[in-house]
Amino acid sequence: MVDILAFESVTIEHKGRGPVPNRILYDVSFSIRPGEALGLVGESGCGKSTIALATMRALPPGMKVTAGRILFQGQDVNLLSDGDLRRVRGNRAAMIYQDPMSSLNPVMTVGQQLIEVPMLHHGMDRGKAWKRAVTMLHEVRLPDCASMMARYPHQLSGGQQQRVVIAMALMAEPALLIMDEPTTGLDVTIEAAILELVRDLRAKFGAAVLFISHNLGTVARICDRVGVLYAGRLIETGTLGSVFRAPAHPYTRGLLAALPRLSLGRRGRLEPIEGTITVGDRARIGCALSPRCAFSQPQCDGAEIAMHPVGQDQEHVARCVRLDEIPARPVSLAAARPHVNDSDYDDVEVLLSVRELSKAYGLGGRFGGKGKGSIRAVDRVSLDARAGMTLAIVGESGCGKSTLAKVISGLTSASGGEALFRGVDIAGQSVDQRPDDLRRRIQMIFQNPDSTLNPSHSIEFALVRPLKRLRGMSRAEARDEVRRLIERVRLGSDVLACLPDQLSGGQRQRVAVARALAGNPDLLIADEPVSALDVSVQAAIVNLLSDILEQSHIGLAIISHDLALVRHMADWVAVMYLGKVVEYGPADQVFAPPFHPYTDALLAAAPEPDPDAGPPRVVLGGAMPSAAEEIRGCVFASRCPRKIGAICDEVVPPVRHFGKHTIVCHLDLRCGDDAHASRRIKADPAPGFSL
Amino acid sequence: MLRYTAKQLLNIAVTLLAVSFLVFALNELTPIDVARKLLGPYATQDQVDILYKQMGLDRSLLARYWEYLANALSGNFGESNLYRRPVAEILWDRLGNTLVLAGICFAVIVPFSALLGVLAGMRERSFVDRAVSVFASVCASIPEFALGVFLLAIFVVGLGILPGTSPLSTSGGWPIWSQFVLPVAVVTLYDGGYLISMIRSSMVEVMRQPYIRTATLKGMPFRNVVVKHALRNALITPFTVILLQLNYLVSGLVVVEMVFAYPGFGRMMLEAALNKDIALVEAGALCAVSVTMLTQILGDLGYMALDPRIRV
Repeated sequence: MVDILAFESVTIEHKGRGPVPNRILYDVSFSIRPGEALGLVGESGCGKSTIALATMRALPPGMKVTAGRILFQGQDVNLLSDGDLRRVRGNRAAMIYQDPMSSLNPVMTVGQQLIEVPMLHHGMDRGKAWKRAVTMLHEVRLPDCASMMARYPHQLSGGQQQRVVIAMALMAEPALLIMDEPTTGLDVTIEAAILELVRDLRAKFGAAVLFISHNLGTVARICDRVGVLYAGRLIETGTLGSVFRAPAHPYTRGLLAALPRLSLGRRGRLEPIEGTITVGDRARIGCALSPRCAFSQPQCDGAEIAMHPVGQDQEHVARCVRLDEIPARPVSLAAARPHVNDSDYDDVEVLLSVRELSKAYGLGGRFGGKGKGSIRAVDRVSLDARAGMTLAIVGESGCGKSTLAKVISGLTSASGGEALFRGVDIAGQSVDQRPDDLRRRIQMIFQNPDSTLNPSHSIEFALVRPLKRLRGMSRAEARDEVRRLIERVRLGSDVLACLPDQLSGGQRQRVAVARALAGNPDLLIADEPVSALDVSVQAAIVNLLSDILEQSHIGLAIISHDLALVRHMADWVAVMYLGKVVEYGPADQVFAPPFHPYTDALLAAAPEPDPDAGPPRVVLGGAMPSAAEEIRGCVFASRCPRKIGAICDEVVPPVRHFGKHTIVCHLDLRCGDDAHASRRIKADPAPGFSL
Repeated sequence: MLRYTAKQLLNIAVTLLAVSFLVFALNELTPIDVARKLLGPYATQDQVDILYKQMGLDRSLLARYWEYLANALSGNFGESNLYRRPVAEILWDRLGNTLVLAGICFAVIVPFSALLGVLAGMRERSFVDRAVSVFASVCASIPEFALGVFLLAIFVVGLGILPGTSPLSTSGGWPIWSQFVLPVAVVTLYDGGYLISMIRSSMVEVMRQPYIRTATLKGMPFRNVVVKHALRNALITPFTVILLQLNYLVSGLVVVEMVFAYPGFGRMMLEAALNKDIALVEAGALCAVSVTMLTQILGDLGYMALDPRIRV
């Protein structure tokens, strides 16, 4: 049988400004058989999206296939006539994109966009196409399909939008589905539901899938085979099991080791891949990883490296000359942190004590008057941040976690309740009302270092300013302190003269950490500090934060949607849903049964890079209701898989105590009810790939 | 929707009131003595003083404004000092002329610049794009009067196929329609140049959007992608600006009207202001403001129709 898609030693170059064209992809070969799902993983800039676009012959201007062939069902894509190409696009090969909102036309209804496909490719008339579109919306399990057709994209939630895009791709029953980061940017529970949908649809329609992602966990849920990309090269391919269980290439191993995992519990340190990928790596002759590789030897450079088989498995190949010599690299388990007893928490100083804190925004009110109700972004939340410990606030977008961080840091002020910082209530004080000393004590690290450092100020300027402002240092003192700070975040003093865009994302985030430390704070609030970074860089920043915590007595409040990261870092965890804390307690207890049904669903949804992980036991339907809705009972009732009945909708659930651990739920979780835990946190310490 | 329109109409009323007072007050600041101006340099100071009293200029500003307002509300906009005729007569006449010219210009400019802007923007950096962009910036950067003079030199002096002035009377031997050709051409080129650049850059932006890629990768021919997916999106941003051109066309055509001796509203306003013809200036200003506010409402409504994301 002919392969659906085959790349044969494809090289793609970009005609840059210089005399030599930039290499984007080099010598990429892979094939996808009918009905098979191939996953391509790699960090940003590795060329994965280029592969998707090249398959559709839709490369951006300036990029060209300069060597090799791309065969779609045996035909060279680049030799197709324009008419033939149009008959492939959207018909035999369809694409699903990263950001569903922007890939749907905002001024056309869902229906108008869907019916174009069969009208274009199958010559259907409007009425028939419309019927087919409605059926397809059923297939992607959207509610209320008929009325869905008349809606505009902005009237749907992110998950619904992605379902529409999937329906659109399936309209012509293509032989190949290309999915480019289809769940990036969606919430974990939505992601899990979309991935399940893709699995089911694959079984039903039998389309081959090219699945592109930076997330090893999502790849593990969908794919049969995996290819790992680095700097424009495919460096390892094989079946999902062989690559994830026995990664051969040092990069793949590094990638898997750098990932925090739910199943590993709290570990002391992650293992980052040192250094960063540079533009030059793509043009390197020889191994692209060599500058970052601990096993690099002279033979790695100088000549291009071919794929070598790994062991007996003919399918599993890796682009490394030293496969046999590289020692197995087991995950260091010795570093696991000691178990913390309940009583250990008692003598730790509570830095920040949040009590019944609320933040409501008025809706539609003009001239500051009362409008049509309000949004309760944070609703009577209570939690504590302790010195030297990490408090994690987890939840999906819209749960109020960032608003809570904003209230604590003073970017907005609370509308009710209190936040006692060392005994002083700071809930009502916005940052410009706070005394300098208090401002210094609470510092923030933001999600996106690209946009939070002023692009026209040098790093030194960005660091000197808080020193002078908050700690009253003289210019000379500040200069010395800046050097100490930059060393503390493990950067060379040569970065001081740089502007932010001369640094890599990881370096910038280190600068952001240094800037936050400049105030010599008591409490650091980190809002999704690593979610904009690549996996291998993420690990280094996470380690840096743990080191800082260990050396100083700073309390860290980390806001994150990534449960594995939280599992790795947190001492205390608060799970938020729709403005409320539904579960709160020491991390080891929150991540062990009994669970709040929402925590349970989050844990089930978190994609783990485990080839043996079956489908998640719980998949949440629906979406988080709007915070403007009046909810009398439990906030989670509308999506809860374990809803008891009317009581959940009408009565505010009680707070149940399990030692220091609290769960807000009507279910009596006490009586050994852990049988429902969707995925027991595995006891066996060995992940798939300890060799 | 109804509520919105009602609110906007109320807005207009309030603004008109404020503007009428402001114009009245500002007029007071200009150092022109109306009575002296009317009587000429050879009148005696006594005569001037008498006229001053007769016109009621010795009363306070508020009193005079109040009287004006009361009259205006009953439809009486007073008499023009300059033309010695009721304001309403002159105003409607001139406004009518201008609306004809503005209407023709608008009807030409919008399709003309939309077509060129979209053609240029749909393939960024193509030959068509470069050619149109150069054309647009040349048009927009030549001042109206210069453009007028160039066209006069070519078509009137050189070729002699068009009239040099547009007084809207056939006494010069030229049919009325031919008197519109040059003014419309000047306005279209000058204003179109600006609109073309606006629409082009909006189109370029839209063509870079992921949904255009979605449409292309559905297998749609490029033509359909442009017409079905890009066009409407590309017009959303420039829409407000397009409607703003109406304001310019009604009250900003002074230069063109001067060059072609066109009996329009802009020229009337200029003359009235220079002669401190307060009644005429007031009425003209109120007209201009009404047009501005109305186009704004029209703009908002059109915006809503174009972009389903915006609803009142």
